[in-house]
Amino acid sequence: MTDLTTTTGAAVRPAARADPPARRISKHALLIVFGVVMIYPLLWMVSSSVKPTEVIFRDPSIWPREFDLGNYTGGWTALEHPFQHYLWNSAVIAIASIVGNLLSCSLAAYAFARLEFRGRRILFAAMLATMMLPIHVLIVPQYVLFSQLDWINTSLPLIVPKFLATDAFFIFLMVQFIRSLPRELDEAARMDGCGHVRIYWRIIMPLSVPALATSALFTFIWTWNDFFSQLIFLTNPDLYTVPVALRSFMDGQGETAWGQLFAMSVVGLAPIFGFFLAGQRYLTQGLATTGLK
Amino acid sequence: MSDRTGSRTARSGPRRRETRVAYGFLTPWIVGMVVFTIGPILASLYLSFTDYTLLSPPEWLGLENYQRMLEDSRLHKSLLVTVQYVFVSVPLQLALALGLAMLLNRGVRGLPIYRSVYYLPSLLAGSVSIAILWRQIFGSEGLVNQLLAKVGVEGVSWVSHPDYALGTLVVLNAWTFGAPMVIFLAGLRQIPSMYYEAASVDGAGAVSQFFRITIPLLTPIIFFNLILQMIGAFQSFTQAFVVSGGSGGPADSTLLYTLYLYERGFGSFEMGYASALAWTLLVIIAVLTGLNFLFAKRWVFYGD
Repeated sequence: MTDLTTTTGAAVRPAARADPPARRISKHALLIVFGVVMIYPLLWMVSSSVKPTEVIFRDPSIWPREFDLGNYTGGWTALEHPFQHYLWNSAVIAIASIVGNLLSCSLAAYAFARLEFRGRRILFAAMLATMMLPIHVLIVPQYVLFSQLDWINTSLPLIVPKFLATDAFFIFLMVQFIRSLPRELDEAARMDGCGHVRIYWRIIMPLSVPALATSALFTFIWTWNDFFSQLIFLTNPDLYTVPVALRSFMDGQGETAWGQLFAMSVVGLAPIFGFFLAGQRYLTQGLATTGLK
Repeated sequence: MSDRTGSRTARSGPRRRETRVAYGFLTPWIVGMVVFTIGPILASLYLSFTDYTLLSPPEWLGLENYQRMLEDSRLHKSLLVTVQYVFVSVPLQLALALGLAMLLNRGVRGLPIYRSVYYLPSLLAGSVSIAILWRQIFGSEGLVNQLLAKVGVEGVSWVSHPDYALGTLVVLNAWTFGAPMVIFLAGLRQIPSMYYEAASVDGAGAVSQFFRITIPLLTPIIFFNLILQMIGAFQSFTQAFVVSGGSGGPADSTLLYTLYLYERGFGSFEMGYASALAWTLLVIIAVLTGLNFLFAKRWVFYGD
């Protein structure tokens, strides 16, 4: 009997309370141990960032015995520019990408979700196909194009495509969301003589805030983490973003300055962690809805 | 979603106007797709038949680049490395994702906390910071060996050993099981509880419920995750690049396909050959996705 209730509890959440205590405790123990293993490397990195480099190679514990911010002050100025320079370069690209993605993807999404037009099916299929396309397939000709435009070593190759909705994933995400909004709202607005531009801007966009937030968060995280295209398009050290700067730090002097390298790596992760804490709900919901449709 | 029958003739006027409006909304995307996606795909197909170093105009080679690929032993090594990486790390990652999702689905108290802890690595793992961390953790005096020393085991330098370096990257990819786990959790929640109730009335145990209800009803989600993670794994670059110091070493043991492509294209600026490599990658991914869809008919269960 008890066995049956625990297994049926799979989908009925309140029934889980009927788990026998021993079972509940062992499950939590398992989940906690596993969680600690998962998160231990991160905690250890943060803790090591305040340890002297020699200690990093001896001390596997996550409690630093001494607390020294020297790695942060030293690492901050260890490269050609102070670290805020790289943070700024990354931030400019990330913010421009967010604005670009939100505008261009929502425009396309509105058309796919709300308008009837010739060629819709085929264009929608094309959009889904480009979603699967690896950047590596496009990077060589894109590089040729950008070098002919003289855009190499500017942030334009990283920003302009975002204003032209090249991240089709977000179009898809927004289409799914807009389709779930009641059509009565737009139809009422049509009755009142609203055109599509106004419906898009005044009705659909404000209602789509959750989808826009999800898109903004993912854009930020992906752009902030992006290394491949930044490595290729930005070879001038003045333009280095955080990932490229960290990599040059490691290849340059990092092997002898792990403490500083860790400290700056933590600085590089901090914005993502912050956005994760602030917008976790949107991240997990966005992920779940794309998976279910 | 689909054209309503009759609307074509009855509302051809408004519909034509709507088409014009729609293309207005779609203009940025269409321009972007033509300039940054379709154009480059066609251009790289052309370049793949040429010798091109950016300095002088492309020179037609015919199939020479593709013939060279047949004889390029580093490319073969790189394909082998990539296949090993994808086919070991993705199943591992998905198994962890499903296992943890099953544990968490049973109405665990503190679910949001567990979910956050498990999900966080997925967001961070793509960064250079984590690649740097990995290089230390699996280095000769890294965290892993420090912990092994506590139990009296002497480890090797995992990242600089040809037999283990790829393994560290597999571990890193498995570490990102949180994203597919979140998707599995959402899928599990959609399975109606009455199925389980009915099954347990009929005396089905936990194991048989898992294999006869959970897995079949979850196959669309398993399939979706499989496609997504496989494509993602084929594109892994940052981690292998940073951990191996840009070389794909030791002894090319972490030379993922993307690394080799980068090396040909942007290390030695053989744009023609790199284009041939890129097109081959496109074909590989397309074929794998196609095969997945083909086999999906046999094992994916889409309900009604």
